[in-house]
Amino acid sequence: MNQETKFMLKRLAFYAFIFTVVAWIVIPIIISTLYGFALPKDYYDPKKVIPTSFTIKYVKTLLFTLGALDGIKNSVIVALITIAISFAFGIPAGYAVAKFIFPGKDTIKLSIVALRMFPIPVMAIPLVILYIKLNLIDTLLGVALAHTAMALPFVVLITSSIFAGVSTELEEAGMVFGLTRLGSFFRITLPLALPGLAAAAMFTFVMSWNEVFVASILTLSHRTLPAQILSIMAGASGGAAPDYYKFAAAFIMILPAITFIFFARKYLVTMWGITLK
Amino acid sequence: MVEVRLENLKKYFDKGRVKAVDGVNLTIKDGEFLVLLGPSGCGKTTTLRMIAGLETPTGGKIWFGERDVTYLPPKDRNISMVFQSYAVWPHMTVYDNIAFPLKIKKYPKDEIDKRVKWAAELLQIEELLDRYPAQLSGGQRQRVAVARAIVVEPDVLLMDEPLSNLDAKLRVTMRAEIKKLQTKLKVTTIYVTHDQVEAMTMGDRIAVMNKGKLLQVGPPTEVYLKPNSIFVATFIGAPEMNLLEVSVKEKDDSIILEGEGFEIPLSRDFKELLERYIDKTVVFGIRPEHMTIEGISSLEHVKRSTTIEGTVDFIEALGTDTIVHANIGSGQIIKVKLPGHIPLEVGSKVKIVIDLDNIHVFDKDTEKAII
Amino acid sequence: MKVKSSYIPYLLILPAFAYLLFFVGYPLVQALYTAFTQNGQFSLATVRKTFADPYFWEALKYTIALAGVIVPTQVGLALILALAVNRAFKGKDLTIYVLTIPLTISDVAAGLIWYSMLSPSGFLNKLLLKIGLINQPIYFFGYQYRHMEFLAIVLAELWRATSIVFVIILAGLQMISNEYLEAAEVFGADYWTRLRKIVIPLLKPSIQSALIIRTLFAMQIFGIVWILAGRDIPILAGEGFYRLTELKEYDVASIYALVIAGLSLLLGALYIKFMKAEYLEVRR
Repeated sequence: MNQETKFMLKRLAFYAFIFTVVAWIVIPIIISTLYGFALPKDYYDPKKVIPTSFTIKYVKTLLFTLGALDGIKNSVIVALITIAISFAFGIPAGYAVAKFIFPGKDTIKLSIVALRMFPIPVMAIPLVILYIKLNLIDTLLGVALAHTAMALPFVVLITSSIFAGVSTELEEAGMVFGLTRLGSFFRITLPLALPGLAAAAMFTFVMSWNEVFVASILTLSHRTLPAQILSIMAGASGGAAPDYYKFAAAFIMILPAITFIFFARKYLVTMWGITLK
Repeated sequence: MVEVRLENLKKYFDKGRVKAVDGVNLTIKDGEFLVLLGPSGCGKTTTLRMIAGLETPTGGKIWFGERDVTYLPPKDRNISMVFQSYAVWPHMTVYDNIAFPLKIKKYPKDEIDKRVKWAAELLQIEELLDRYPAQLSGGQRQRVAVARAIVVEPDVLLMDEPLSNLDAKLRVTMRAEIKKLQTKLKVTTIYVTHDQVEAMTMGDRIAVMNKGKLLQVGPPTEVYLKPNSIFVATFIGAPEMNLLEVSVKEKDDSIILEGEGFEIPLSRDFKELLERYIDKTVVFGIRPEHMTIEGISSLEHVKRSTTIEGTVDFIEALGTDTIVHANIGSGQIIKVKLPGHIPLEVGSKVKIVIDLDNIHVFDKDTEKAII
Repeated sequence: MKVKSSYIPYLLILPAFAYLLFFVGYPLVQALYTAFTQNGQFSLATVRKTFADPYFWEALKYTIALAGVIVPTQVGLALILALAVNRAFKGKDLTIYVLTIPLTISDVAAGLIWYSMLSPSGFLNKLLLKIGLINQPIYFFGYQYRHMEFLAIVLAELWRATSIVFVIILAGLQMISNEYLEAAEVFGADYWTRLRKIVIPLLKPSIQSALIIRTLFAMQIFGIVWILAGRDIPILAGEGFYRLTELKEYDVASIYALVIAGLSLLLGALYIKFMKAEYLEVRR
């Protein structure tokens, strides 16, 4: 076997490997989506590996009769509030970390990362008692406040590296030509940081959208989508709903997340590289 | 200890549109210190990487002695390399860094220890052996990189601009040290740089490259005194050689170069060379250090000379030398380099003496040297 | 200009920092109080109650077992993937994007998706039936098939969470300067030697980060188990959830929460202790 054939075989093996991996990721998503739209008779037919007749009936029932639409509405509201509050607190902190030198900076950075590591159940379970006292139990605001706590460290770290990426000289030029520091921030730094901030917002949205434990504990009637789905579908042996509802639910849950990340995909690996430092 | 031969070496990128290295033929003698000199993008680093095996040639061959190494991977070529950013592995101590090539080649432990200490001593870094790279200065890291490169006895030693990241003073010291080291070890060395001072002081021979092509190869004095093209003439030597457009004319049975407002008589020996250029334009070149100013200083060993009149336009006082910018008419400025401090004033009229044994004439279109 | 300013940076950071401190500090204190006091006095009664419940020990066992199987496998897989992907090839960007899709999928959705793969009428069973490899569907769910449920959870988690490790390791891989590898190549090291002696040691910080992050999250595993196995496979977060929402036993739930926190702290500290990269610690 000469050099060329060896080389070709290696390439073939490599691409086969890549293909397998991609298929491993993508096939389950495709399958569950297909099954979500399939007619029960196709699903239960052992001879039909891939369903051929489709319906949107179950997605519809899920949305309207079983309350998934409300769940979606609630999730969106919670996510938006989370973004608003976490950005309101996080952006100033991120800017400070990026542009100032001050004693204790490293400790603060480290503790912010450490706080992110804090296990969520430990935060959520005692929070119930507090929320009951404050009348925040079973409110969307309550969930959003908890989500903000989870998202803040991420927002602070990401915005700090985004702002660090905006050359300080550009801000200084703004100040030389008449802007105050605050003015320079709003008219120069912020617009330049916008793409990165948009990506951060999308990630925060997805994080809140997907969060299930806290949302399930803190709400009863105003459930977010994951909390709702969990209560309907939980427990394979005692699951209340027939299988195809499960798949329809999966489809509804993953659709927004996948679309969002498609737009923010360039930032993914760079963001993790940044947080690592 | 090996002779390296490059045969019509080519490296093309982007489906042949970018010709990084375009047909280089070069033989580097056994034990020679050869400098590949050229501006950025000229192909010298790509050539070096092909010799290392880090790039595969698009065409041509590379020989190490009798071995055709063109397609051999680096590890089979018995080479060593000093990288521009040193590439000293941060997770290993200095000792382990230097020992690495020996460990890979499975030398016995006591032999490794002996050699590492020998290399460290040569580079004066014995006390640093158990430190990590993060604890060293740039200059120290560079010495580690060199120690690592010499610890195995390579057939060929390659260096890719190793001094460019050092500050000026350190660069001067290291230049001498590396050259002394190479003379002592007698290993065939190929050294890439864009700094012509480095090339002139270190190389046994200099190979000047531009745009993927090898322009001239020769010992430093030869490349300096007899450049074969405008590019080589202006790349070597600082300040740059003065270039003026002149016409070749016949006058009284000899040839002269006629410029705007001046004339340069040439010896009869050049008549043949310039015959076909009569009444045509050529490029006349003279180095700043091959001229002087009448009354200020004299070139003792100058046998034949001629004078041009000019007005002082600007003076650069460098301390050890002075560079006088003189306007010789119609806005043409030539630079004259004189030793010491020159008490001239801007605007004064001067007579510039040109050493006729060191003039150059280039073909205007091909840019090749005629004289 | 990095301004050496007096109080402005502190002012800017204060809201975020205080917010976080509250949402971490208060619950922690509240949990400790609820778990260790009865009628205002320090008491271990709750602790005893929790420990007496066999479900607690099952949950502890399964949480650790799941983590022990999933986390190392994920790190290994992610390492292979990152190394494979870190070169130029056609479709590289698309591949990386696809490999990061699971990052966006919640654990509940992942559980549901894998249900579609492994249910009695799911894709895997139908495929194998069609090819003729089996005559009867393989049952992954149901109390009597608990070991299969365990497998299903492992598969689903591998599918979902390997991406996180992959991204971390890939980022770390990209930070390794190519010159380090070229130097090793020049000095005689072949691919596997370069991998062992240069790449892996330089990846140690990334691998350590990934292990810590994944293990900590594995201690909190919830949605995916709840969907695929319900209480057939008890886990710490799940039992805490159940105690809180169904039985309203705040104190017992707090104990579960604290156990999770304690385990996380312990494992985190162990990782940091045993995976120190000495070359990063030294200073000039």
